[in-house]
Amino acid sequence: MKNKKLLAKLSAAAFGVAVAGAISFGAQAEEMVSFEIVDETIPQSLTGKAGDPVAGRKTAINRKKGNCLACHVMPIPEQQFHGLIGPTLDDTGDRFTEAELRMRMVDSKVFDESTMMPSFYKTGQHMVLKKFVGKTILSAQEVEDVVAYLMTLK
Amino acid sequence: MKKLITTAIALMSAGLLVAACSAGDSNMSAGDSNMSKSTGENGISDNPDAWSGYQTAREGVRAMNDDDFENPVMPYVDLAANIYDSRDNKGNISCADCHGAPEDETGGRSGIPMKGVGASYPRFNADTGKPINVELQINKCREERQVEKGFKYESDEMLGMTALVNYQSRGMPVVSTAANPDDELHSAWQTGKDFYYQRRGQLDMGCNNCHEDNAENIIRAETLSQGQSNGFPTYRFKWQKPGSLHRRFRGCNKNIRAANFNYGSDEYLNLETYLAWRGRGLPVEAPAVRK
Repeated sequence: MKNKKLLAKLSAAAFGVAVAGAISFGAQAEEMVSFEIVDETIPQSLTGKAGDPVAGRKTAINRKKGNCLACHVMPIPEQQFHGLIGPTLDDTGDRFTEAELRMRMVDSKVFDESTMMPSFYKTGQHMVLKKFVGKTILSAQEVEDVVAYLMTLK
Repeated sequence: MKKLITTAIALMSAGLLVAACSAGDSNMSAGDSNMSKSTGENGISDNPDAWSGYQTAREGVRAMNDDDFENPVMPYVDLAANIYDSRDNKGNISCADCHGAPEDETGGRSGIPMKGVGASYPRFNADTGKPINVELQINKCREERQVEKGFKYESDEMLGMTALVNYQSRGMPVVSTAANPDDELHSAWQTGKDFYYQRRGQLDMGCNNCHEDNAENIIRAETLSQGQSNGFPTYRFKWQKPGSLHRRFRGCNKNIRAANFNYGSDEYLNLETYLAWRGRGLPVEAPAVRK
C-alpha cells in the first residue's frame, strides 16, 4: 500500500496530475485533478479521456464504488432490489448533457443543497472515517466511465 | 458463558423451548397490533407520526419479536436474571436486595422499580452533568454497590442486564421532556440534535437523510426506518445476536464512512437522549427482533 501511494505520487510528479488520474491505482492513491465548473456544468473530461461505458456500468453496480442501485432504479435487470430514494435513471442520456451529468456525479449539491446523493469526486467532508480521509469515492476516470454509461441510457 | 448462550439458542431453534426460557413466562407480550405506534398515553400526544421498525418488519420477524419463547434475546435475559439475584460480588449485595424482583413495582427497599426505567432513560446524572443511559446506570450500581468492575458494552452480561431491565417497561410509552429548555437534559438534547442533522463521513449524510427524509422509503433491499431507539437492545439477524443502540450507531456511522465514537461516549449519549425524544410516546419494545 505504501509503495502504491509512493508510486502514485511519483507518477503524478513525473507525468502531471491529469495523467496520474488515468493510471489505474484506484481512487485511494490518486491526487485529485482540478476541473472547471461553468454554469453548473463541468464541460471537460476530468481525465482528458473519454469514459468507458462498459466499465461505468460495472462501477455503477459496485457497492463499494458507485452503488447507484442503492437509491436508483436502473436498466440493470440482472441485479435485484433497486432502491427508490432517487429518480429512475433510464433516460439520463436524453435528459442531460455530458457536462451536466459530470457535475451531478462530482457534486450534486451544487443543484440541491439538501440532496442525499453523495458527492463522488469531493473531499473534506465532516468526520470522515480515517481510511477515507482525503480520498474521493470514485477516481476521476471512474466518474468519466459512469458519465459515459449514463449517456448511453436513452 | 458465551457457549452457554449459544447452546441455549441452539436448543430453542431445535424446538426445545421449555428448557431454555423461564423469563418467557411473563404475560407482557408485544403482540398488540398497536405495538409499533405512538400511543399518545401519559399526555404524550404531540408525536403521533412516530413509528418503529416493527411496523415494516416481516411477519416472521414480528412473530419472533412478540413470542418470548422465540425471541432470541430471552436466553440473555435468563442469564441476567441470575446476575440480578446474585450476591457473588465484593459488595455482597444483589440487585434484588435493593430493587426487589425485576417485576416488583414497588422497587424493593430502594423504592426504585425496574419497571419504567426503559421508558424514561437516558436521565440526567447530576454527578457528571451528563446523560446516563441504562448501561451506564447498571455499571454505576455495579461499581458503587457491588464493588466490581462494570460489565463491558456488548458483553453477554450487559446485553442481558439491559434487556432484563428494559423488558420490564414493555408497552409503556417512552417519556422524554428533554426538548424543554428548562429540562436538565436540554443541552444534551440540543447537542444530540445537532449531531443528528450534521452531515458526516465520505458519503456526507446526516441521520435525517435516511431516517427523517426517507423513512419508509426503499434503499436497495431495505426499508428505511425512523431509526427509533425503543427496541434496544435488539436482536438483529445481521448480527446473529443482540446489540446495543450504540452498536447500531457505530454501524450507521461506518456505513456512511464516518468516524465512529466509543460505546458510552458523550456523543452517543447525547444522540441517545435526542432519539428518546424523537420516539416519545412509542411503546418500549425491548428486547426487539429485527432483520
